[in-house]
Amino acid sequence: MTISLKGFLSFALLLLLATLVFGVLSSSAFLYPVYFNKFLPFYLLRPLHVSAAVFWIITGATGCIIYYRKEVFEVKKDNVFIPLFKITWVVTILAVFIAYAGRLFGGKEYWEFPPILCIPLLVAWLFFMLSYFPAWKKHDNKMSAYSIMWSTGILFFLITFIEQNLWQIQWFRQSYLREITVQWKANGSMVGAWNQMIYGTFFFLMTRLSGDEMLARGKKVYFFYFLGLTNLMFNWGHHIYNVPTAGWIRHVAYAISMTEWLFLINIIQGFKSKLSERRKLNHFITYRFLITAEIWVFINLLLAIGMSIPAINRYTHGTHITVAHAMGATIGINTMILLGGIGYMIGIERLTARAKRILTITHYVAQVSLGIFWVSLVIAGMLKGYRSVAMNITDFQLMMKPVFQVLSVFAIAGIGLLAGLGIIVIIYLLVIWKGIQITTAESNKR
Amino acid sequence: MFKVIWISLFLAFSIYTAFVYIQCDAGTAASQPNNLDKSITTGRDIWQRHNCQSCHQLYGLGGYLGPELTNAASIKGTKYMSTIIKYGTGRMPNFHLTDNEVENLVQYLSWIDNSGNARVAKENVHWTGTYILNEGK
Repeated sequence: MTISLKGFLSFALLLLLATLVFGVLSSSAFLYPVYFNKFLPFYLLRPLHVSAAVFWIITGATGCIIYYRKEVFEVKKDNVFIPLFKITWVVTILAVFIAYAGRLFGGKEYWEFPPILCIPLLVAWLFFMLSYFPAWKKHDNKMSAYSIMWSTGILFFLITFIEQNLWQIQWFRQSYLREITVQWKANGSMVGAWNQMIYGTFFFLMTRLSGDEMLARGKKVYFFYFLGLTNLMFNWGHHIYNVPTAGWIRHVAYAISMTEWLFLINIIQGFKSKLSERRKLNHFITYRFLITAEIWVFINLLLAIGMSIPAINRYTHGTHITVAHAMGATIGINTMILLGGIGYMIGIERLTARAKRILTITHYVAQVSLGIFWVSLVIAGMLKGYRSVAMNITDFQLMMKPVFQVLSVFAIAGIGLLAGLGIIVIIYLLVIWKGIQITTAESNKR
Repeated sequence: MFKVIWISLFLAFSIYTAFVYIQCDAGTAASQPNNLDKSITTGRDIWQRHNCQSCHQLYGLGGYLGPELTNAASIKGTKYMSTIIKYGTGRMPNFHLTDNEVENLVQYLSWIDNSGNARVAKENVHWTGTYILNEGK
């Protein structure tokens, strides 16, 4: 691994650490804003937390692709666009945090920094595309599911990133309904885009761990790829069900979202084979990250399908159930796959038994904390939905009173999550820079 | 075959996207002036510059610390809103906005209020589970 990739991955891991620290601070500021308003107000902490999370996911995803594409497309040497991408991307993200520190905002949700910084981010992405697509195009392995998913994710990130900046053109802002529709169309599809990049890495790792390349090929794999792509393109409407747009936007989104049942049925059908697969591969720490991600896919899919039914969405929209879904997806699924992907490339399978044991324990601490975290958000959301919609309580403080109590459990679970994932990040950083790769006969099964 | 399906999907996506951009608010009762008043656009900039969306929601989208503001202008009244924005509360910081800035922000929120209702009434839920909205207010 090159020094520059080590630096890039370390930057991604530090973003994850920042996400966790800002997350814990944000939840405290949410519960006790009076004590934070002067120095670290919630309106500053939230974008710090959200931007760190978004940039962790995208930086981690690109880091994995940059590394694994070398093996998949037999790239001998990086072209000039890779260092250009890394430098532009990292420097711009640092500029984003400097802007936040100066309390300079101006963007839209998830991208709340001054919009001028979207220009270098876009340029960086174009550099990344210029390095990726020529290698993908000329190689025979371009039709494996993972390389198709990487390509799709990279392309659609560009499209959705441009789309989520369309608000800067006046025509899109003349009608608020248009502005909010386009913004959440872009945001919804962008999540699908980075999911494609990350699930691509998931498929890649599964083929390497099992030694079965057919896991990434075949009619069924392509069918689910196209189903995922269809959902990326058209299943964003649940964000704006309650916005009084033209009715067909709701009906199309509702119809497409019901295809998610097929993903759910597929997971249930594959459950038995997963059990035998688990017996064979469970000694791989990487596999444990991946199987955890699959469990979170199942849980989040159940929640997503529920939220996609407008009659249920009426109660869940604008509540912490939406946060539970976002956290379950970003931590439970994306972060687990990325930790698996980064761990596999830095050689966590060759760690000493003691280091592996620490990784296993912290992994379970993170999972238990995430479970409590997720359940308390769902309960908080149900309470808010019931009190605001069914009981029609209009006074905000009165409506939120029991919700805040439940959210103190969520805040405590967040500390557990910081401890669990934080230690994993530190171990990874030590492995990257200190090279803790003491090979033992038992651990060298990779 | 793979390419044909992919290109067909991409074409459908492109056409649908164009349709969404142009037609998403067609047929809605919300009266949207073509040229927005300067006070509304200034209020919008203030909203973004102070990152109000971190704590407040519009149409249920945004933060969770403060109340939903889509229809605050008609529910609470503009005078009430001006006072809260001007002085803050225990939970909401005082942003030290000028009277003019407060007025612009209220104008912006009143404009959003005119775009529709954030709450979907029980009667609008169709038996299939979707909403049938008589768009606008």
